[in-house]
Order: sequence, then structure tokens, then C-alpha cells
Amino acid sequence: MSSQPRSSGSRTAAPAAGIAAGRLPPEAIAANFADIAPRLTPHEAMVAADRCYFCHDAPCITACPTSIDIPLFIREIATEQPLAAARTILSQNILGGMCARVCPTETLCEEACVREAAEGKPVEIGRLQRFATDAMMARPGHPFSRAAATGKRVAVVGAGPAGLACAHRLAMLGHEVAVFDARPRPGGLNEFGIAAYKAPEGFAQAELDWLLGIGGITIRQGVALGRDVKLAALRKSYDAVFLGMGLGGVNALEVRGRKKAGLRAAVDFIAELRQAEDLSALPVGRRVVVIGGGMTAIDAAVQSKYLGAEEVTIVYRRAQARMSASRHEQEHATDAGVRILCNAVPLRLKGNGAVSAVEFARVIETPDGLMDSGETFTLAADQVFTAIGQSLGKLPKTLATERGKIRVEGPGRTSVPGVWAGGDCAAGGDDLTVTAVAEGRDAAMDIHRALC
Amino acid sequence: MADLRSDFLGIKSPNPFWLASAPPTDKEYNVRRAFEAGWGGVVWKTLGLDPHIVNVNGPRYGAIWGADRRLLGLNNIELITDRPLEVNLREIRAVKRDWPDRAMVVSLMVPCDEESWRGILPLVEETGADGVELNFGCPHGMSERGMGSAVGQVPEYIEMVARWCKAHTRMPVIVKLTPNITDIRFPARAAKAGGADAVSLINTVSSITSVNLDTFSPEPSIDGKGSHGGYCGPAVKPIALNMVAEIARDAETRGLPISGIGGITTWRDAAEFIALGCGTVQVCTAAMTYGFKVVQEMAAGLAQWMDDAGHADLAAFRGRAVPNVTDWQYLNLNYVAKAKIDQDLCIKCGRCFAACEDTSHQAIAMKEGRVFEVKDEECVACNLCVNVCPVEGCISMEAMAPGTTDPRTGREVSPGYANWTTHPNNPMARAAE
Repeated sequence: MSSQPRSSGSRTAAPAAGIAAGRLPPEAIAANFADIAPRLTPHEAMVAADRCYFCHDAPCITACPTSIDIPLFIREIATEQPLAAARTILSQNILGGMCARVCPTETLCEEACVREAAEGKPVEIGRLQRFATDAMMARPGHPFSRAAATGKRVAVVGAGPAGLACAHRLAMLGHEVAVFDARPRPGGLNEFGIAAYKAPEGFAQAELDWLLGIGGITIRQGVALGRDVKLAALRKSYDAVFLGMGLGGVNALEVRGRKKAGLRAAVDFIAELRQAEDLSALPVGRRVVVIGGGMTAIDAAVQSKYLGAEEVTIVYRRAQARMSASRHEQEHATDAGVRILCNAVPLRLKGNGAVSAVEFARVIETPDGLMDSGETFTLAADQVFTAIGQSLGKLPKTLATERGKIRVEGPGRTSVPGVWAGGDCAAGGDDLTVTAVAEGRDAAMDIHRALC
Repeated sequence: MADLRSDFLGIKSPNPFWLASAPPTDKEYNVRRAFEAGWGGVVWKTLGLDPHIVNVNGPRYGAIWGADRRLLGLNNIELITDRPLEVNLREIRAVKRDWPDRAMVVSLMVPCDEESWRGILPLVEETGADGVELNFGCPHGMSERGMGSAVGQVPEYIEMVARWCKAHTRMPVIVKLTPNITDIRFPARAAKAGGADAVSLINTVSSITSVNLDTFSPEPSIDGKGSHGGYCGPAVKPIALNMVAEIARDAETRGLPISGIGGITTWRDAAEFIALGCGTVQVCTAAMTYGFKVVQEMAAGLAQWMDDAGHADLAAFRGRAVPNVTDWQYLNLNYVAKAKIDQDLCIKCGRCFAACEDTSHQAIAMKEGRVFEVKDEECVACNLCVNVCPVEGCISMEAMAPGTTDPRTGREVSPGYANWTTHPNNPMARAAE
């Protein structure tokens, strides 16, 4: 993936200490948050598509959580039918447009590509997928139509990738779908998570509007399960219920000094950034420390840097190889100027009221867990983001759980009859958009079988 | 360094690479630049009688492409020169005067009567040109007027015109043949019978490159209509090689000098034509695609290969492949090969499996972990897997040693040679006496 040159801008004054907005000129911020991997031109797409070998029982298909027929859609692009290619993609993954932007393809389809084995340079599957899906979304209308009405009604909790994929498939099969979402706007992590430069120009919302073009789906915002609506009530009013509300809570940092100002959950920062009208008005620390090793940590760190933070450091407790963020994402962060420190855990936040530094302990990874090495170090910081995992929050007691998530069997069946779950809130699978889509879709198919 | 000099019918050139009669050799400006770039000779674009012909004022070329728009086949509906005869003759004289070491052959196409040929030949001779090439190959436009391939498709006409030309000029006469014919040996034999000094082939293949699905016009489209053109470029090379070989090994035409034409794009293509007996090679599409500079790769590559292979000059390998071209019936049926997949080179795309499983002999097994292995007991050595494999050298055909048993047939591989003519399944088999 070729990223555009990012600007560190020219500062107009000495960098302000603390947490401040406008650390870079607006044009520099705009350049930093521009599309990270712009759409292939038609010629580039032809050249890229031509590299696909049309493998037998292609490994890329197996590697895709939604099992998109990748060789087929690439051949459709190569034969100048990007709309046919888009149909191939979207029939398996209705959020194929977003997945083309946010999937860690380097650990999925592109890692499996035989050209990766042959020459270390896989077919650019993600960018080709975007080429095709963009072509489809540039057209008016919706490519799929609904089956005859079944008269069945399904409640979907959560308007993120899992819920939307489930709702779309159910609508397509002829059911009426009511979606309940806790946030002020639908989209889930597509709208409130992920780095802004991966889906700029309101793509998440545009894709959502396009998806709803199928018809038969209504969305109610500001409705949270447990708070505003009870599972029992949904079960009574609807023929089936799908839970796809993601992970609403965040794991808290249990260290001394955690009450100090300047400590924040990375997901909140990312959500605020995604919703910001004007990024140059968004405050960020001069020295930022991000604690964690996943995609959220990377996104928070890189975007802090892009907003103009002078020093950004990710601190991860284990070895770098164990970070859940892909190697590609780690490189993206280091290319952006983010420092990654490993084998260290925070001991306490220092500072008078507001955080001014974080003290870490060096740790050694052993079969029995992390052992304190006895060595400590301190990083100056005026903003600290935690990205050490998210949690489900309170659940109806009737739902069985497994390691903090809803236990599911097969295509998302929960312990409660008539209730399915998928996406990040369900146990199993990795917390990826594409996995959520697959789980939502498969649950919809199972709901359909159960209802009809 | 290998000696690339060529002597073809007494026409000398510093290398065997000539530009074929075609748009690149239409005028003085081009030909001078071609010689500066290093071309050994040219066949000047076909001259005709005045009033000169006219060309269409729309597209003249159509094409097909491979990966990344690599041009694989080019089709044209351009006619012979559309400039006055006198202008061409004056330019030919001027260029030949300045480049005496380069071959200057002039292509001709005039109506099929003796007067016309007797009239034009002395004019060409006066320019100092080294020879003439009779254009009996052009399949479009001129053929509708009884010239070009209309002559080349009738062996009797070829012989008649060749004889006229030999009678009316001291210059070597090369007859350029059309591939748009059932058996290339007949026009070649006719050329020889008429006294022609050499043949050159192939001219272009009648073709429509594509149909526009919006307008339903063939391409290239002239105001919504298309006409068949002449196809050339890399795509026609196999057709040309076969026709050259047919003439080179035919009892009646064996030894007749050949100038090879048809899709020659690299030094390797040229070497293959020469190995099938060609004295020179003519190039057009490669120059039209990449410019005159390609000759530098061709000359350097050919010389390098000759050095590496120990061929001191062109004669050292000219025609070396001809004895190995034979009829199917004489192929050794005792030769048994099996495909072998190099697992270290295999990238596990599975194309060999799909091709073999779906369309051939189910002789490749797909095993756990995408390991592809040949089933010797099914493999007929068809070579399809080799041809579809994207990794060169990954799959090879390995001959079975005599004395070993072919697991497919259960028979021992015989060290002897046996062909269809004596095979028991051949009703026409000669009794072994």
C-alpha cells in the first residue's frame, strides 16, 4: 500500500506544552488526514488485476473471513466489468467498500496470495476491491433487491458492521428489520473507530446510506440494550433478535495517579477525532504516550502524530512480535514518527493535577507471565491514551458468556433461543470489521432458516 | 565477437536485420534514421504505378494486447505507398548513395501484366537498389484490384510474374508470399519455377482485430464500417515459423533462399528464423511498437548468443533446425516423458491442477497444504501444465530412461525408435519384413 507523503508542517511558534489544538497549520493536518491509499486509476487497476493468477481453490478466498471470490472479481476487473466485480464482492460482504479500506489485508488475503510466496509482492487485492466497490457506489441505486416479504420481523442491536451486515442480509431475504443503536449516529466502529485517513470524506456514512438502499431496514439511534430496551421485550416483539452491539466499555488502567487529567481511553479520542468537523481545532498533547499493542493503540498514536504531537510513544508490555497490530501497521506507525517501546508496563502517572510523565517498569516475559526486571524509566507525557482492550459491559443474565463475551455456537446462536450474536461482542473470531460482517451475514442466514 | 554480416543473394548487409516493406520504410526520412539506428537493410515500402493510390483518412491500425497493454498483434489496412513513384525513386537513390553498405531492396506491386512490370523494373534499377521484392502478399485493398495476395493465392500467376521480372531485370528477385493460402509450398514452388532468387514470408494474415460492441463496427472502424486488415506482430510468429519450415524442408524448394518475416521482436525470434533456414530476417511491428532502436538489442543479443553457443557467423547455425522438422508420423512413439514439478519453485497457485483436472488427464494430485504432485500412472506428458504454470522452469518434462516401466501403460520403455508408420493400430502400417 503506497501512502502519501505526510507533512509535519512548519510550526508557526514554539510548541505549546500540555494539550492544545492547532499544533500544525490546517493545510498540513488536511494533508496528513487525506486518503492513505487513494483509489487505483483504471489503468493501474488493469495492471494490478493482470497480476492475479486465477489460482485454483485460491488461498486468498480461504484467507478472507467473508470468503469473497477474489480471483473471480479480479478477473472481472481485468475484463473491464468493475460492476460485475463489485457484485461478486458485495454478495459475500456487503461492507466490501469499508473492508477494502480497513482490512489488514497483509495478514489476510494478501498474505495468502501466491505472489507473496513467489516474489514478496502480492496482488493488491484490497485496492482492487476498493476500485470495484467504489465504481458500484458511484452509481445511483442499490444492486440487490429484496425477496418477497416474509412477514417476519427481526430486531438487530447495534448498527456497526455486524449489525448492518445482518440487517442487510435479512432485508434481502424479505424480512423487516429494526435496528437499535446506542450512539447518536449509526455505523459503529466504521463511524467512530478506525483511523480517519483510512476512510475519509464521510465514506462510512455514505456506505451506510447506500446499504440501506435495499429497503426494509429502520434504525433507531440512542437506544442501548439494557438501558433503553430490554432483551426480553425485544424477544417478545420480534421473531428473532441479533446482538451486534460491539464492546461498549474499556479496560481501565489500574495504576497510581490514574485520576490525573490527561489520561484518556484511546477509543474516545479516536471517536472524537472521527466526529470532529475541524481537525485543527482538536487538541492533542505535545508529548503523547499510548499504552497498548493493538490497532487502537496504533490509530491513536499515528493520529496524534498527524495532529502535530511532537513525541508519540507506544508502550507495549510484551515483545513487539506479540503486538496484535500487524507488522504493516507497526511500520506505518514508525514511518509516521511514532516510537514503539516494548516489554514495559506503566507503574504510575506523575504530575501535579495534570499528568506530566509516566513511570514504567521494564518487564521480562516468562512462561509464568511478566516478571519485573527491577528497572524503571520515565517518559515525559502530557497526554496518555489507554488502549488495553475493551469490554462488553452489563449483559442480561440469561445470556451465557465466555471470557467476557457472549457465548455463541455455530452461526452466532446464543444460549437464549431466538437470540443470535456476532461481531466484537460475541466470543470467537478476531475483532475485525470483516469478521463482524461475516458473523452478521451468517447469523442472518441462520435466522432465516429458523424463521422460514 | 560473432560475425553478423549477411550475404543474401549477393546483397550484403552488416547484419541480417532488415526492416520489412511497411510504413517504417515509406520514405527517406525514416530509412535514414533506421540506418543510423543500425538496421542492416530495408525493403522500401511497396511502389506502384502512378497515379498513386490513396489511403483511408481514418484509423489504419487495430491491435490486440496482452498484460499491461503489451502489443501482441497489429492489424493494418494501409495500402502501398501513397506518394508519387518519382518521389520514392529519387529518395531511394539518395539514401542508397549515402548508405552503400546497407541492403536496399525495393518492394513492387503493379498490375498483373508484363508491360507494367517491364516498365517499372528499369526505374528501380537506376536507383542503385540491390534487389526487388514482389509484393504478392498484401491481403487488403490491393487484392480487391487483382494485386497483392490476389496474385499470391494463384501459383500460376506467381510463376508468370516472377518469370517476367527475371527476364526484365538483372537485380535479384524476391517473391513475398501471403500466408492466406492452404499450403504455402505451392506458391513457393511456383516462385522457384518462375526463376525467383528467393522468397520472403510471411506477409500479413487477413484479420479483424475486434468488434466494437457499442457501434457493432469491426475495428479499425472507418465511419462505422471496417474491412479486414493484415495481421502481424508477435501473435503471428508461430504461423510464420511453420511456413518457413515447410518451404525449407520441401523437396522441391529445399535450398531456396528465404527472408523470414512474421512477429520477429527479439534476437531470439530472429535466431529461430535463421535456424529454420532464413538468410535474413525482416522486422516491422517491433519497430512500429518500440521504434528503430530495438535493432540494437536484436544485434547485440544475437551476437552474444552466437558467442556463447560458439557460432562464428550466421552460416554456422543457419538451417540447423530444418532436419529436425518432420511429419507427425515420423515422431518417435517410444519416447516417454513425465511431468515433474519442482516443489521448491512451486508457488502453489494450482493452475496446473485445474488445467489437468478439468481439461486433460487428471494426472496431478492436490495434496494437503496445496502440494501438487504428478501422478505418473496418469500423465501422458501433454505439456499443458508446463504451459500454464506461471513459474518458468517449475514444471519440466523428463524423459523416462529406456528399460524402466511406464506406470501408465505398464510397458517397458524401449530404447529403439518406432513411429506411426509401423504401429499396429495404423491400418496403413507397413508390414515389418
